[in-house]
Amino acid sequence: MSKASKMHKFFLNNKYIVLDVNTGAVHVVDKIVYEILDFYGEKSKDEIIEIFKSVYGAKAVEDVYEEIEELVKEGLLLSDDVDISNFKYNESNIVKAMCLHVAHDCNLKCNYCFASQGNFKGERSMMSLEVGKKALEYLAKNSGSRRNLEVDFFGGEPLMNFELVKDLVDYGRSLEKEYNKNFRFTITTNGILLDDDKIDFINENMDNVVLSLDGRKDVNDNMRKTISGEGSYDIILPKFKKMVEKRGDKDYYIRGTFTSNNTDFSKDALDFYNNGFKKISIEPVVTPEEMDYALREEHLESVLKEYEEFSKEYINIKRNDKDFYFFHFMIDLNQGPCIIKRAVGCGAGSEYMAVTPEGDLYPCHQFVGEEDFKIGDVFEGVKNTDLRDKFKNANVYSKEECRKCWARFYCSGGCHANSYHAHNDLKKSYSLGCEMEKKRIECAISILANLDN
Amino acid sequence: MKYIKTISSSNLKKTIAKGGCGECQTSCQSACKTSCTVGNQKCENK
Repeated sequence: MSKASKMHKFFLNNKYIVLDVNTGAVHVVDKIVYEILDFYGEKSKDEIIEIFKSVYGAKAVEDVYEEIEELVKEGLLLSDDVDISNFKYNESNIVKAMCLHVAHDCNLKCNYCFASQGNFKGERSMMSLEVGKKALEYLAKNSGSRRNLEVDFFGGEPLMNFELVKDLVDYGRSLEKEYNKNFRFTITTNGILLDDDKIDFINENMDNVVLSLDGRKDVNDNMRKTISGEGSYDIILPKFKKMVEKRGDKDYYIRGTFTSNNTDFSKDALDFYNNGFKKISIEPVVTPEEMDYALREEHLESVLKEYEEFSKEYINIKRNDKDFYFFHFMIDLNQGPCIIKRAVGCGAGSEYMAVTPEGDLYPCHQFVGEEDFKIGDVFEGVKNTDLRDKFKNANVYSKEECRKCWARFYCSGGCHANSYHAHNDLKKSYSLGCEMEKKRIECAISILANLDN
Repeated sequence: MKYIKTISSSNLKKTIAKGGCGECQTSCQSACKTSCTVGNQKCENK
C-alpha cells in the first residue's frame, strides 16, 4: 500500500494537518514535520538530517524524526490498511430507512429538479393510505433487531398529501408498540403550503425537517419558480422563519442547491445565517452535464476556492456562535461511525429504499423513475435480488478508485446515484463530486483544528 | 510532543469488534439527499 493511501497532509486555514487514513487519527503539526514527512520512510534518518539541517538545525530535525517514529510505532501514523474482508455486510438484508414519495407532484417548478417537477418522469400521483401503511409495515417487519427506523416524507412536495403524512405518523406510532421500534420521522418540503397547523404537527412529530430554499433571493428565484413562473422566495421565507422560530431546539436544515450560476454559494449560506437560520446545507446540483447551469470541470477551481473561503468565514462565526452548522463542515473525529459503516456507505438498495406512490421500491430516491432500478414493491418485497447485491457490493474496497483514496473513510465511496449517472457504473467514481467532497473534508478538519484551543 | 499535536487519536480499526450494528442514521436522509457523507455522523452504539 502506497504512502499516499496511508497518509494525507494539507495546509489550510493556517494549520499543517496530517491524517492517518486507516485509523482516522488527526495531527496538527509544525511546518518542519510537514516537510520531513515527504521524505520519511523513503530516505534514512541521516539523509533527512542532511537535507533539512541548514534550514532547521540538525537537532530539531532529529527530534522531529523521533516524534514521527513514535507516532508510527503507536500506530497513529502511516498505519497499515485494515482487513475487513471477512465482514459480511447486511447478510440478513435488514431495511432500516425509507424515503416515502407521498406525492409525485409539486407546486413549484424548479429548473434543476432531479424529480422532473415532482413526477419523476411518470404520471402525477399521490400515495394512498394503503400503500403508505404497507410501506411502514414492510419496514417494521424487515428491520430485524434494529430499533431506530427512519422514514422521510418526500416528494414531489409532501405537504400536497399532508393528511396522509399525519395518518402515517399515527400508524407508525401504533406499529412502534407492536414491533418494539422507534420511528424517526422527517420531512423534506419546499414550504409553499406551510401553515400554523402543519408547522405545529411537524414540530411535534418530526425528528428533523429539511427546508428547501436556495439562499439569496435572486439566486433562489432564478431556479425555484412557482407554477406561473414567478419567484418563490417571498412566499417561502416568512414561512420557514416561523417554522424554525417555533421549532426550538429540534433539528432542521435549511437546504439549498448551488449551480454553476452561483459558485459563490457561501454568500447564500451567509444570507441564510443573516436571516436567522443556523443549520444550513448547500449542495451541488445534480443534473446532466449539458444543462447550462450544470457544474462541470471548468467550475471546479472556483467551487473548491469557495469552500476554502467559506471555511475561513465559518471559523470566525463559529468562535462567537457555536450553534452555527454547515452540514458538510461538520465532522466528528472521535465519536463518528465505525469502520464498517464507513466502508459500505449510505446503504441505498439494501438498508435504505425509496417507495413510490404506487408502492414500488427503488434503491433510493434518486433512482426513482429509472425502470431498470425497480427493486420490488411493498406488497411482495424485494424481487430483484441481483440489483440489491450490486448495491451491497459497491463499497470502498470494491471501487478501485476509492481503495487508494485518502478520503475513503469519510465519504464512504460517495453517492451511488452520482456514480451511475456519471458512468453507468456503480463502482466508478464521480470525480467532480470526489474533488468537492475531499475539499469539504479538509475544510471540516481545518475548522476543528482552529477551534480546538 | 513538541512539534506534533494529535487532535484525534481515534482508531477506526478498533471499531471492527463492535461495529456494523446499523443503528446509526442513514447518511443521505438527514440533510443532503444528493451526495454521501458518512464521516460527519455519530455512532449510536456507545
